[in-house]
Amino acid sequence: MLAALTLLLLFQLAGEVIARALALPIPGPVIGMALLFLALLVRGGPGDDLRSTAGTLLQHLSLLFVPAGTGVVLYGSRIADEWLPLGVALVGSTALAIAVTALVLQALLRRREPPAEDRR
Amino acid sequence: MSPRLDEIWVYLSTTPLLGLTLTLLAYQGAFWLYKRCGFHPLANPVLISVLILAGILLATGMPYQRYFDGAQFVHFLLGPATVALAIPLYAQWPRLKAMALPLCIALVVGSLTAALSAYGLGALFGASRESLISLAPKSVTTPIAMGIAERLGGLPSLTAVLVITTGILGAVGARYLYRLLRIHDPAVRGFAIGIASHGIGTARAFQVSEQTGAFAALAMGLNGLATAVSLPWILPWIERLFGG
Repeated sequence: MLAALTLLLLFQLAGEVIARALALPIPGPVIGMALLFLALLVRGGPGDDLRSTAGTLLQHLSLLFVPAGTGVVLYGSRIADEWLPLGVALVGSTALAIAVTALVLQALLRRREPPAEDRR
Repeated sequence: MSPRLDEIWVYLSTTPLLGLTLTLLAYQGAFWLYKRCGFHPLANPVLISVLILAGILLATGMPYQRYFDGAQFVHFLLGPATVALAIPLYAQWPRLKAMALPLCIALVVGSLTAALSAYGLGALFGASRESLISLAPKSVTTPIAMGIAERLGGLPSLTAVLVITTGILGAVGARYLYRLLRIHDPAVRGFAIGIASHGIGTARAFQVSEQTGAFAALAMGLNGLATAVSLPWILPWIERLFGG
């Protein structure tokens, strides 16, 4: 687990260095993810240690958003002032983004795969 | 007796221990409830944890910054966790490769829909300019969205809250939407939730199945890249469109 964690941090570090050196607008961890993905393609897959450590980390992914989410306490007055536009924008736009993406992707996949894949 | 309690409280509220312990306790309580509710999306563990912690901060008057001094140890793990998403992606690689073109088209359409509709709806209902810019990257994973908002003149920490709310909304609502629209393919379900509601949607997708989770992780990563690169270019155009 320690080796796997070190490996993840090394890829994150490499990502941060690349993002800064090339002044990319993309965060280091995302570049680190892409680098690790390429490394896995070259090496032919993760070892057991990396697989199980990543699994543990991703199993609790929700927890990692809690500290930033609690920052909601800083915006009480802005949310009170703008609750309607913010609420409509968040709910409407999230629903639209999910629906449009899913419908487009499903339509494109149907065109190339026979509809037998459809379970209903 | 009460001066002693005061001293203990003063001590606890100045060490990172309290913020960290509270975060883990709140999350475990919320996750227990989520499990008891049969993983019902309305019992979303991020939502419940945030409500518990915000309640505690408001009730005790503990400043957010002091809470975050402890909670940052958990927050920090977002980085390595993002890197770790490469592993489920790798596991789904054969199927991803076969679907490359449809996925790219869905990415462009979904990414534009998310940013345009957030800005447009906000503008239509009279949000301030700072709020609108903070809204535009709301479907992108927290660290990328905060970076984009900062660069474009929004409020990064407001963006973090909007991003997380978006994630919770997607994680809570996607199932009903999919049922309504008759979308059953786990790959399509995962990809759409990853585009619209980033890591929190992805966390929910992993609880449904590994395949759904991997497509969500892919969509989240791609949308992060696409939005970070395109939003600075298209924002002036969006602002002109909605008279922002």
